[in-house]
Amino acid sequence: MGDVILDARGARAWLELLAGTLSEHAGELTALDAAIGDADHGSNMDRGFKAVRQKALNQDGADPAAIFKQTGMALISTVGGAGGPLYGTFFLRMAQAAPGKEQLTVEDLRDMLKAGLEGVVQRGKASPGEKTMVDALGPAVEALDAAIAAGKGGEEALQEAADAAERGARATIPMVARKGRASYLGERSAGHQDPGATSSALLVRTLAQSVG
Amino acid sequence: MKKLINQVDDIVSEALQGMLVAHPDLIEINLDPKYVVRKGAPVQGKVALVSGGGSGHEPMHGGFVGHGMLDGACAGEVFTSPTPDQIYECTKRVAGDRGVVHIVKNYTGDVLNFEMAAELAQGDGIEVQAVVINDDVAVQDSLYTAGRRGVGATVLAEKIAGARAEEGGSLSEVADDVKRVNEESRSMGMALTSCTVPANGSPTFELADDEMEIGIGIHGEPGRERVKLEPADRIVDRLLEPVLSDLPFTSGDRVLAFVNGMGGTPQIELYIAMRRVGAALSEAGLRLERTLIGSYITSLEMAGLSITLLRLDDEMIRLWDAPVLTTGLRWGM
Repeated sequence: MGDVILDARGARAWLELLAGTLSEHAGELTALDAAIGDADHGSNMDRGFKAVRQKALNQDGADPAAIFKQTGMALISTVGGAGGPLYGTFFLRMAQAAPGKEQLTVEDLRDMLKAGLEGVVQRGKASPGEKTMVDALGPAVEALDAAIAAGKGGEEALQEAADAAERGARATIPMVARKGRASYLGERSAGHQDPGATSSALLVRTLAQSVG
Repeated sequence: MKKLINQVDDIVSEALQGMLVAHPDLIEINLDPKYVVRKGAPVQGKVALVSGGGSGHEPMHGGFVGHGMLDGACAGEVFTSPTPDQIYECTKRVAGDRGVVHIVKNYTGDVLNFEMAAELAQGDGIEVQAVVINDDVAVQDSLYTAGRRGVGATVLAEKIAGARAEEGGSLSEVADDVKRVNEESRSMGMALTSCTVPANGSPTFELADDEMEIGIGIHGEPGRERVKLEPADRIVDRLLEPVLSDLPFTSGDRVLAFVNGMGGTPQIELYIAMRRVGAALSEAGLRLERTLIGSYITSLEMAGLSITLLRLDDEMIRLWDAPVLTTGLRWGM
């Protein structure tokens, strides 16, 4: 197994960075949502991660899984929309993949992200190519897997995962949405980047910036 | 943005507080999490009905809490589904000894959040049956979409199933009434102007002065097509054609026609629309047995309307006519 790349302090730093980044990008996410959805994704995620800051990041001593569990619960109880149950489930499943472990390796993080992705797929019943979060998280997990198999270090592997998530988010632009409110537009949903895939790419990017 | 508000973050909780000031005889409210319940809830010996959704559609759903309709309504942020813990707390608060029916409009967020809430409530031993409303014919129902949206039929289902619960119907009978109303209803809406979600501050979409959106959703989601403005009679015909042909309604059917304002449409225009609805139904050989007219499921300040037709039978008419006492609908008591 590889070196430790994330502990409780690192997990908190990641979520802080993610909260700040989502807040910065709230207007952009909402604008993407206005084009094909109902114009609330940015403000919902911002509200959710403000609650994460209050509820999950204010406690000392917890392990990463415990922090992720509190994060999931905070998101479920504050975000609403589809993003609440989906991101909430993502963090709850991440927590279940490595309970109690204080020091995470890149393999642990891969297992957690994979479990989170599976939770999102199960809850949202989405497959790849349907213009959803899955189109960013899926490529990220695949890239992380491939980088680990190629013997790359944790930081480099996560950078590649973040790159893959961003490419995946951009690749949603020509897609026709088949899930969520955007699916009501049919062909008219093509030509716009999916807001959920976009926030998912920010999630992976900030994680890559927080490890090491 | 020009709105009659104090702080954007306080809109939903201040509106609930105002409801309580206005109607202390009918409702009770909870602010953390946010929900409205019938005064004196839970009612023992009665199936409880819970609905909810984003705010900004008032009087739906809080305005339909009371005798003969809903026991609880969960108010999400504006145009955002309520959260699972919120729906769960409301469900626990109103659950008597005969179970709870969740009435859920078919939007991905609402369905996911109500699903998680039902799992939580069932974990506590509360029997929950959820029924999803999807009556909007503007949206294609196929494997490739999230399915039709829930709109006008929600109000009719809450009234009819609420009457069944009030007279002692069982959990499955009440849930079946919701399903039947949904199956026998079709709706379609249109917008003359956009709405502005307070947290965003600018209109959700742009419509030129001489344009309208046909098939609009109640969150300002684009509809089927954007066309030049036409006279009211022609607009009504545009909405009725897909509504009539979808069920399909056939000559001799008895119907309830629900002409609903989107929030910014004056009553006088709704009556002009209802005039054409009456004539068109008569031309199609339908019997207009009951009507509902007014702004009941709105989209903030959007101007426009939706039309819902429900095919009636004697039993549904009896339940529709039964007494109801809520802030939004009241008759017979």
